[in-house]
Amino acid sequence: MRATRGVEAGPAHPRLASRPSLAYHRVERPAPRQGAAPGAGDEEKAVAIEVRGLSKKYGSFQAVDDVSFEVPAGQLVALLGPSGSGKSTILRTIAGLETADSGSVMLTGEDATELPVQQRGVGFVFQHYALFRHMTVRENIGFGLKIRKVPKADIRRRVDELLDLIQLGGYAGRYPSQLSGGQRQRVALARALAPTPKVLLLDEPFGALDAKVRDELRTWLRRLHDEVHVTSLFVTHDQREAFEVSDQIVVLAEGKVQQLGPPQALYERPANPFVAGFLGAINVLPLRSLREGSIGRGPETWLDRPPAEHAEAYVRPHDLDVFAERDGKPYWPARIERITPLGGLIRLDLKIDPDHPLQIELPHNPSSGVGFSAGDEVYVSPRHLNVYDRAQGSFQPVDVHRAIGLSLQNGAGI
Amino acid sequence: MRAESGEAAEAVVPLRRREGSPWGRRLLIGAELAWFAALILVPGLALARQALAGGLRPLVEALAEPAVQRSFAMSLGITLVATAVNTVFGVAMALVLVRQRFFGRTLVDGVVDMPFAVSPIVAGLMLIVLYGPDSAVGGWLEARGFQVAYALPGMVLATMFVTVPFVVRELVPILRELGEEYEQAAHTLGAGRWRTFWSVTLPSIRWGVAYGVTLTVARCLGEFGAVLVVSGNVMGRTQTATLYIAEGIESFHPEGAYAASLVLAATSFVLLVGMDLLRARLERSEEVES
Repeated sequence: MRATRGVEAGPAHPRLASRPSLAYHRVERPAPRQGAAPGAGDEEKAVAIEVRGLSKKYGSFQAVDDVSFEVPAGQLVALLGPSGSGKSTILRTIAGLETADSGSVMLTGEDATELPVQQRGVGFVFQHYALFRHMTVRENIGFGLKIRKVPKADIRRRVDELLDLIQLGGYAGRYPSQLSGGQRQRVALARALAPTPKVLLLDEPFGALDAKVRDELRTWLRRLHDEVHVTSLFVTHDQREAFEVSDQIVVLAEGKVQQLGPPQALYERPANPFVAGFLGAINVLPLRSLREGSIGRGPETWLDRPPAEHAEAYVRPHDLDVFAERDGKPYWPARIERITPLGGLIRLDLKIDPDHPLQIELPHNPSSGVGFSAGDEVYVSPRHLNVYDRAQGSFQPVDVHRAIGLSLQNGAGI
Repeated sequence: MRAESGEAAEAVVPLRRREGSPWGRRLLIGAELAWFAALILVPGLALARQALAGGLRPLVEALAEPAVQRSFAMSLGITLVATAVNTVFGVAMALVLVRQRFFGRTLVDGVVDMPFAVSPIVAGLMLIVLYGPDSAVGGWLEARGFQVAYALPGMVLATMFVTVPFVVRELVPILRELGEEYEQAAHTLGAGRWRTFWSVTLPSIRWGVAYGVTLTVARCLGEFGAVLVVSGNVMGRTQTATLYIAEGIESFHPEGAYAASLVLAATSFVLLVGMDLLRARLERSEEVES
């Protein structure tokens, strides 16, 4: 999936591709990118950011607790977690704006742990833009180059290129106060990209924007990254944002890495209850109340050892089927409390005995209708679930159909 | 919900009641104007009239007197030095107070304001006690040919003491409001601390600095009590414009005092207008940011 993205990025967006190619490619990649596939393959192996055993305490509060992860070169990776999970601290430590109590930071293969922020070669985008208000857009974007004593003509050219990239060509002479929030953040991005940083770090880059602008800017950032290919790490607490934009997600909670991987993989195979609950809606139901169906063996045979009495089933709303009559699969008897049409989906709020709420999403079929009404007694069967045993700390996925099939092969009756 | 009902209640109040009756308002405005005239306008005009009693020529002649000119030169010199030093240290002090965490920070933060509370005469006395010829420090310095008390260095010190808080007090809230993100942004773009200060921090607080400097200048020019105690008021040698005026009133040549007063008052007026413009500018730049 990553390789595909790299190869297709150019042609897939004719508007972006039609622009003059950025100096970025020239500086960072001396070899021209012909035959993108092998080139892209090499890049993916390279690690741009490597964090090892990072820990940080504020007083008695453990903000970051032994965090390690890698960001492959050229990828756009999200640090996702609730507030207080340590994600911003990690990002700022990578930038050198904060120092960790222990651990190391490697940037493109060099140990940057002891380097001051100025020498790390990172681009940083702040939530509140932090544009220099006494400078014009052009001066803001050119600031990093001026510091590096780049000749004036080159600065001009580079700033023009970037203005073009952020689609603010006519705004060079304006001051930040004359721009909208979305425009300011794009200028901030251009300013961070101007000195061709090794990596780009973004701290809740869309957090201060209203919903519509945020959506637009998200899509725009993804396309920009497909064109510019600078390794980017961004902090967000919005799982939708992380899903839409990133190649990989690092899920954080309480200062620890919970799981790391491509968005869809995290969603489908969460490593623990936190990740399951944080990435999308999930139902938590008592496993023992799941009744054995007439086909195959019951839940106690699905795992290597029988689940404990208190084990819980974690089931996504769309991983549940609703039947008016028993059809042989394991089921929870339930009662429909409420039916909410949501455009293409229909949400059912149900209750299983004695008093456990449950939510199901079904695709809406206008011709056949819902087929149920509130108050109906129904049978709810999971297709896929995770079994969580609090005592053992185990969180195991179960594909129900497969489990039933296996038990049939092993001689269970119908 | 609660806010809504509050607004509704406010809207119900009849408009006239909020504005007050037209006669009440006129009376209030009239009283304010009378108060302003009695306190500021009339005394100001009286001074101008007295100074210009014999026409412009005597005024110019009085100002051309060497004693007057020396006293103004001294005032200006002291103001220049005290303002320069207090601006540099004031900016640095504000940065330290806002950005650094150290033991005793709150204490320093409070003590910076002390010159506002202490009477200038007391401030002058402190310096005399410390640097006077009979004190250890003063004696030691004097033995090396450096006189502080009853000389220019003491007067500069006294003026500086009195004007320490202006720049600091003006900048602390501005810096606090500004936050550190701009500076951090500059750091990530490769700018060192010094470069960041000149290119980012200082331009961001420039209107605040200008306002603080204006206040400092106004106070330096008008300072009397502390300088009086420290200077010894030696005519022609340690006499500032304000000391000259005081001496002129007490002795035989009030014409010079009137003329000097008029110049000082006019200067203050110009500074005041400047301050107002700066204040407007400052508020505008803050608004734009939010």
